[in-house]
Amino acid sequence: MLDNISILFQAPIFAVDLLIQGLLIGGIFVLAAYGLALVWGVMNVKNLAQGELVILGGYLAYQATLWGIHPIVALPVAFVLMFCFGWVIYLVIIKRVVDRDMFTSLLATFGLSLLIQQSLNLVFGPEVRIAEAGFGTLILGDLAIPVIRIVSLGLAAVLAVGIILFMRNSRMGQAIRATAQDPRAARVLGINTDRVYAFTYALNAAICGSAGVLVAMIWNIQPYYGLVHSIRSFIIVTAAGLGNLPGVIIAGFGLGVWENYAGFVFGAEFAIAAVVALLVGVLMVRLFQLYRVRQVVR
Amino acid sequence: MSARSLDLKIYAFLIAVGIIGPLLVPSITSQMAVMWLMVLMAVTWDMTGGQMGYNSLGNITFFGLGMYASAVVQIGLVYDVMEYTASFGAIKVDFTVSQYWTGLVLGIGAGGAVATVFALVVGPFMLGLRGPYFAIGTLGLAVAVAELISGWRYVGGGSGISMPIFPGEAGTGSIVFYVMFFVLAIVCHMVIRAVYRTRFGLAINAIRDDEDKAEAMGIHTTRYKVMAWAISAFFMGMAGAIFGNMSGFIEPLEVAFPTATFGIFMVAMALLGGKGTLWGPVLGAILFHIVKEVTWTELLGWQWVALGAIIILNIVYFQQGILGWAQDRWPALFGVTVDEKMSRTGQAEAAE
Amino acid sequence: MSGNLIEVRGVSKSYGGVVANKDVSIDVAEGGITGLIGPNGSGKTTLFNSIVGYHPIDEGSIKFRGKEISKLRVPEIARLGLLRTFQQTRIYSKMDCMKNMLISVSHRDEGLGSMFGSMRDRETEEFAEELLEFVGLYQKRFLVAGELSFGQQKLLEFAMALMNRPQVLLLDEPTAGINPTLINGLIDRLKRANEQFGITLFVIEHNMRVIMNLADRISCLAHGELLATGTPDEIQNDPRVVDAYLGAH
Repeated sequence: MLDNISILFQAPIFAVDLLIQGLLIGGIFVLAAYGLALVWGVMNVKNLAQGELVILGGYLAYQATLWGIHPIVALPVAFVLMFCFGWVIYLVIIKRVVDRDMFTSLLATFGLSLLIQQSLNLVFGPEVRIAEAGFGTLILGDLAIPVIRIVSLGLAAVLAVGIILFMRNSRMGQAIRATAQDPRAARVLGINTDRVYAFTYALNAAICGSAGVLVAMIWNIQPYYGLVHSIRSFIIVTAAGLGNLPGVIIAGFGLGVWENYAGFVFGAEFAIAAVVALLVGVLMVRLFQLYRVRQVVR
Repeated sequence: MSARSLDLKIYAFLIAVGIIGPLLVPSITSQMAVMWLMVLMAVTWDMTGGQMGYNSLGNITFFGLGMYASAVVQIGLVYDVMEYTASFGAIKVDFTVSQYWTGLVLGIGAGGAVATVFALVVGPFMLGLRGPYFAIGTLGLAVAVAELISGWRYVGGGSGISMPIFPGEAGTGSIVFYVMFFVLAIVCHMVIRAVYRTRFGLAINAIRDDEDKAEAMGIHTTRYKVMAWAISAFFMGMAGAIFGNMSGFIEPLEVAFPTATFGIFMVAMALLGGKGTLWGPVLGAILFHIVKEVTWTELLGWQWVALGAIIILNIVYFQQGILGWAQDRWPALFGVTVDEKMSRTGQAEAAE
Repeated sequence: MSGNLIEVRGVSKSYGGVVANKDVSIDVAEGGITGLIGPNGSGKTTLFNSIVGYHPIDEGSIKFRGKEISKLRVPEIARLGLLRTFQQTRIYSKMDCMKNMLISVSHRDEGLGSMFGSMRDRETEEFAEELLEFVGLYQKRFLVAGELSFGQQKLLEFAMALMNRPQVLLLDEPTAGINPTLINGLIDRLKRANEQFGITLFVIEHNMRVIMNLADRISCLAHGELLATGTPDEIQNDPRVVDAYLGAH
């Protein structure tokens, strides 16, 4: 472990490389986390199936490449398909747990995550897959950056800006924000909150699915990788707090960088442990902050 | 009290089933051993999940820690653990019969002890988290511990450890482990039933209903919460130690820390039977196990998908579980009654 | 009167920019009934929360029997014998009334061993039954508390507080939401709790008739500051108090 740290100091270019790779991946984490913050904030559902939605999107891209379609072309298709999928999931499951206690929604979405994960395993098998995008590598001095990563960060940014503009300006975006603040008042004012919830969850699924397409292009997917994506989203949202968009962005990029460094320093076998331990760490920090003011974590 | 005699009858029935079952059909001994394990898991989960309102998704951590603790103790008694694990099972250590039994007893004890200590150490921190944060935090804890152990070379890392082989005939081994699980499950339920009848039971129920109120009334909430988790951990640790020996081989992610199987089964079983009731988790575990054993192989790979669907159906459409439903339906059977007497002395005084 | 049980000295508390309490000093005399009145938003509940430890105070000191408690947390303060009831009634809704009572005993001298002590000793049960009879809920003692009406829950919460044998009880609007015809019964019970059980009461109340009947000293808060302290008569005739309620400046 110490050897690995000393490598970072002896070869600073290596450290820079890890930093850039981390930032490029962090953009995708931001997307999924933003989706989680959306359903959490608007309908108070802690969606543990977040990561599975990501992975599902990834498999859509993978399937597209099998048919000879370029994954970037598959991105908008995945967005639409996942939107519909999210809407159906809302009608079948989420709709019935929205008003219940929070553990109910947590466990119901955990069941959902199991369902998606195992179905993917049956259909695609347990192998690690990549949606080959076929871009080259950009050489900048000693740095070698795969072009696809830069492209995907750009796509993530476009998507994020699009969603933010949508939330700011559209009728539905306004209705979503109104419902988030006070569902009862929104209902009184004639907003169909059921539709808003359905739209929110569907939008979240679409965002996750698109993030998944990017994950499949620049990284890899496997039916059981979903949980770690869910945990990443929870880390980011917990660290940033709800309704804190800049915080989500910073935390997302930070997590990407942390993961890359931790994976290098502790070794690949501890990469997941480093992410999950960070979740526990973030929760503990929150706990102590609130303990200091004589309060409890709610 | 009628509730008490009913409890005794159920114990007698379970003990009879536990003794007669394997005698009548010896081939199902190991399935029944797993059934008692499931009962134990559901009951210990329900202590924090149902009775205290702290829904842990990470109780499987105790199971795995107990398993690894027993492995290290049992192997360490006669051989260097590091060398043993480094050989990836190539070294066969011969245990004498007395060495094996000493190791097994010490190992099970160590399993319980390590899991309890772990719960006592992380408990005050984790149990400070409320509601969904606790659920997510414990899930994270379980995954983190599993990943750390599968990367720890001393205990064999991802390739696992072979456990000492049971001396004597193969059939005897499965009976021994069956008896262990059977006794442990029954004793565990009796202990838990006993502590529910003390101040402890009332305190954890109070924490479930309104923790802020409990604090405002001066209840030592942290102490009770940690104690409840530690009791769960103690039994789960011992169960893990026995399960490791029964399996013969410990693999970190599938056998010791199976978050997606046992880790979820225990929650699903408690919910199915009715969480927060004394016998609900037992009923849920037995039903779940029977249904699982009968249908599992028929489902041809779709069993896991079915499990996800069952959990969703259970949570979304039948949340109170079987006994919870019965309690709503026939409250008088569960002691929820209006006393006709208005006052202690029996006079019909107007109660405003 | 044998001195002050609670001494609040110069307490200030603000949330962000909003000053909820500013330099408030109040004494709660032992054995008496002290009232706290004030228009909505004048910082009464904030003061209660500061005393029982829900949040840290910015300045000042709060002493209970001469001991500084402003740094202690909620359960520690409760175990000293300083208890509060909630404006939004809080009971253990899935347990029956009797269990609600039994778990509400004092946890003052509880050691690790007594965690598994029996709750069902005759003395405790009898005291619980006595108190349930006192508030008129004896008949419903095996009913799940969540199924009681709001007023009954309020009475149960009061009985639970008495079960704890506190030295002082902070009541946050005990008559709010209660049927007016039942209010007299409640006042009577509060007075009897004060006399029979020797519990000092510190009461927030909006109903002027109730508080004037009940309390022997009253403090009035307005805009987070202490306006006046005195006997019910003095308070009733204090022009500043009248102004505060009628909104004149």
